[in-house]
Amino acid sequence: MDYKEIIAKFADKPGGLIESYHALLKEFSYLPEEAIVEAAKVFKMSTAEAYGVATFYSMFSVKSRGKYVIRICESAPCHIAGAAEVVAAMEKELGIKMGESTADGRFTLEFTECVGQCQATPVITVNGKPYLDVNAAKIPAILAECK
Amino acid sequence: MAEEMRIVLRNYGKVDPLNIDTYLAQGGYKGLEKARSMGTADLIADVKKANLRGRGGAGFNCGMKWSFAASAQADQKYVICNADEGEPGTYKDRLIMENDPQTLIEGMAICAYAIGATKGFIYLRGEYPFLVDTLNTAIAQAKDKGLLKDFDLEVRSGAGAYVCGEETALIESIEGKRGEPRFKPPFPPNIGLWGKPTIVNNVETFANVPVIVEKGGDWYAAIGDKAYPGTKVFTLTGDVNNRTFFEVPTNLTIRQLIYDFGGGIRDGKKFKAVQIGGTSGGFIPESLLDTCIAFDSMSAIGATLGSGATFVMDETRDIVDIITRIAGFFEHESCGKCAPCREGTARVAELMEKINEGHGSAKDTTLLNKLGTVMSYSCLCGLGQAAPAPVLTTIKHFEADYAAKFK
Amino acid sequence: MANVIIDGIKASVPDGSTILQAANQVGVRIPTLCYHPDQSIKANCRVCVCEVEGNRLLQAACAIPVFDGMVIKTRSPKVIEARKTILELILANHPQDCLNCIRNGNCELQELAEEYCIRENPFEYKVRGFAKDFSTPSLFRDPDKCVLCRRCIEACSVIQSVNALGLQNRGHHSMVVPTMGGNLIDSPCVMCGQCIHACPVGAIGEVEGINDFLAAVADPDKIVVTQIAPAVRLAISEEIGMETGAMSMETFVTGLRQVGFDHVLHTNFTADLTILEEGNELLKRVKEGGTLPMFTSCSPGWINFCETFYPDLLDNLSTCKSPQQMFGSLVKTYWAEKMGVDPSRIYSVSIMPCVAKKFEASRPEMNASGYRDVDLVLTTREVGRLFRMSGLDFSKLPGSNFDSWMGAYTGAAVIFGASGGVMEAALRTVYEVVTGNTLEDVNFTGIRGFDGIKEAEVDLNGLVVKVAIAHSLSNARKLMDQVRAGESPYHFIEIMACPGGCIGGGGQPITKRNAKRIERIDAIYLEDEGLPIRKSHENPEVKQIYEDFLQEPLGHKSHELLHTHYHDKHKTVL
Repeated sequence: MDYKEIIAKFADKPGGLIESYHALLKEFSYLPEEAIVEAAKVFKMSTAEAYGVATFYSMFSVKSRGKYVIRICESAPCHIAGAAEVVAAMEKELGIKMGESTADGRFTLEFTECVGQCQATPVITVNGKPYLDVNAAKIPAILAECK
Repeated sequence: MAEEMRIVLRNYGKVDPLNIDTYLAQGGYKGLEKARSMGTADLIADVKKANLRGRGGAGFNCGMKWSFAASAQADQKYVICNADEGEPGTYKDRLIMENDPQTLIEGMAICAYAIGATKGFIYLRGEYPFLVDTLNTAIAQAKDKGLLKDFDLEVRSGAGAYVCGEETALIESIEGKRGEPRFKPPFPPNIGLWGKPTIVNNVETFANVPVIVEKGGDWYAAIGDKAYPGTKVFTLTGDVNNRTFFEVPTNLTIRQLIYDFGGGIRDGKKFKAVQIGGTSGGFIPESLLDTCIAFDSMSAIGATLGSGATFVMDETRDIVDIITRIAGFFEHESCGKCAPCREGTARVAELMEKINEGHGSAKDTTLLNKLGTVMSYSCLCGLGQAAPAPVLTTIKHFEADYAAKFK
Repeated sequence: MANVIIDGIKASVPDGSTILQAANQVGVRIPTLCYHPDQSIKANCRVCVCEVEGNRLLQAACAIPVFDGMVIKTRSPKVIEARKTILELILANHPQDCLNCIRNGNCELQELAEEYCIRENPFEYKVRGFAKDFSTPSLFRDPDKCVLCRRCIEACSVIQSVNALGLQNRGHHSMVVPTMGGNLIDSPCVMCGQCIHACPVGAIGEVEGINDFLAAVADPDKIVVTQIAPAVRLAISEEIGMETGAMSMETFVTGLRQVGFDHVLHTNFTADLTILEEGNELLKRVKEGGTLPMFTSCSPGWINFCETFYPDLLDNLSTCKSPQQMFGSLVKTYWAEKMGVDPSRIYSVSIMPCVAKKFEASRPEMNASGYRDVDLVLTTREVGRLFRMSGLDFSKLPGSNFDSWMGAYTGAAVIFGASGGVMEAALRTVYEVVTGNTLEDVNFTGIRGFDGIKEAEVDLNGLVVKVAIAHSLSNARKLMDQVRAGESPYHFIEIMACPGGCIGGGGQPITKRNAKRIERIDAIYLEDEGLPIRKSHENPEVKQIYEDFLQEPLGHKSHELLHTHYHDKHKTVL
């Protein structure tokens, strides 16, 4: 689907900009400039404002990202449970640092704050799907799921 | 030995979240039915009498809030459920929505009837995308059964901003804008979503409402602590044996929570500190463990009940390191609108990093104290006002830990 | 009414008053930074916080309404400490650049730092590291100095409806940026400069030409000639500590000669000329069924706005150049001829209340004279700096007159500086041209003043001309949307980009309240009243230039030198 079609689906929702951004994320993994310009038109706001929204929220990105966005929780409960080891293992496995994307466009590594799965720390998410009680040993299997 | 008491989680494990009939079989929607048979003034009076205080962290009397919105004159009013649940260590609202979404919907419908609203939103944090379908299915089923009548309920997603747990920032977000809080007054029950009277309540707050209406305000007010009655769901994380959740009457002590329900400190270690209420809660030392968990008794010791997140740390934990990470959290989550929070959270993080890396001195903790204190009463919203609490309480109760890292 | 006590002083204030308003009423001054009297309340700097009895939290005076019985302390130790800390926080990431900064001596942050005796800062000094943006010829951005008050965003989006500025990122990574985080030149910015007035510090300012001017003055080969816009004289006095309108035109001319101008001429001359050209153009369109309504074209911020947002309506614009540009093309042709000087030696400087004029002068097509028609544009503020640099005492300077050929002007030209002035000037001439009668009362007071949109109907012996006037681009937009929809009832529309007209232009002394704009408007009509000739077509030098050089309005020579064309500047990021 092209970005105009995606955005048009939310046109009749007052304040639906953020919903449209989520839908764009599912398709593109980030918010392309043209999409932000179009969304501004559809939701009758200035491009400056629409861009301000796109850059405010942690889940959005105006820079292109990999197909699979892996987010590693670093909030206090995960921090003491061993988030740093998960980070190190993930960086080693993918050959990139936090904040970077793999050259083949498959993965992007980001930090996230608490995702509400604190019963099973450390926690990571892949495109929003939580993986619980994560450790270095479990990472290859998690990555293998991402085709 | 204290016992759990499940009001909010009464249907946990007993209903299928995707099948409303199972909820009805447990007596669901009797509250709404009774509410609709009452005059709105009587209904609100009863909720007020129950003294149900907001379960998101602010602790404001729910019924009183509803009465402001009810008396406001407008052509449209809104009911919003704050399901942003951004507080680290908290997942109680997820439990409610995952397992018993109908109690939330019923509670919102009762509120809508009480204040005269026909439109509602569930602002669901972006980190729970797996709940969008669950909630939409539950809403559709309630609608199909004709239970919601003219109350139209919609799910809107957040997108990763802790500050959107603040009710006015949440409202801005639903309006499709940056989630930046508004100054108050005016308050949402008078001027809220799109300028209309709006009630924003937490998931857990709404989940109590059907039972309160069914069984009456007096029944609820008699449970737990007198000033903050009812139950509270606690989620235990960190160095406890039982890293899970409990719903308990509000007249419990912290000690009971950690040792009776939490099973005490794991691996036979000693207790060092507990942070209750979320990542902006105060750090509580051993000496204060016999404090009652209710809202006001916690305030009295400079702590907070907040969301009920209970983060336990044992003797091996590096408090300064944990506080440094928490300071990083607030630096990251500050919306940036007001100067003392935007700059202050960054400076707190900078000073904590300096101390944590061994380059700090008593001058820095003195500065942190001053900065944190000024932030606590100058910032525009609760985020900036509460962010310094972990730093301030640990400098007070764990001075030695800081001193140990001074250069 | 609510009865409150402020710092022990009793006050009775209207219900709904803010703490700030109540304090003002009893002469208690509370410091502010993000507060702006003509904009919405922002309450984001927290500098104005005060203690309110019974509340642990300090309250922002600008935003919080009083209640009956409120007891307020604006200067308790708790408040002073809070304000100092907040200022220290802002200053700790603010470039320590005061000596080099364009707002040195006229900066709200400097004032606060001084008032609160900030001698040392406990926080580590660390600037944010944003690049400066000098992408436009008119204004620059210095984001490191931004205090995130957001006054510029409101000026650009609400007052001007241009939306070139917005926010980026969150927390202490927040910054005010042009659309999509690019440079100003790539944004819809029309260079009106209203953001400069809104900014409390030096985060936005005009691109200065002072060094270019001084170099030209020092060059013995250059003949430095200036034209002065009508809105400048009454405001330049504000730059040197005098009242609005207090500097006489004659001493202003002397002052300009003293700082290095060889010849002092007046844009008002070409303003009168514009009326002849534009008035005739209007009548031609009315008679021959040309594109109507016709829009005025002397405000370059407005021209940029039309080219960017309404490129489909470019044919409605008058083809007349602005008075600045008409002057530019004539000074190196007609004037050079009359003076017997080599036009290649002329360095043509205009003094303008405007920053968009710097862009206008640089437009490639503005070279009808065979040279760059206007070499340099200096704002009122820059001339203020030259005057301060010169140390001249304007209370003692003798007066002197303008030079000849392009220095005479009428009251009609003077009022160009106020919203409604171009229209009134045009009507004074058009009336006499069409009816053949003398206009006894030249005052069209109905189209004066600060209302955003004004309209009038003038009966010219049966030819009823409907006119409208708008100032501020958000008001212009309303008229433009009407035209685009084919529903405009007007023949002639005057649009000024800046609130109040040129007297409130982006190059004027920093204007913090509309009350000052209104004061300048009053000064302009006073000046007009005091002049012996108040109709453009009666300007003797205008008559002369047609006789000797242009032959007739809209003639071949006029077309070559005094008329222009426009460009579609439609940008995708609208």
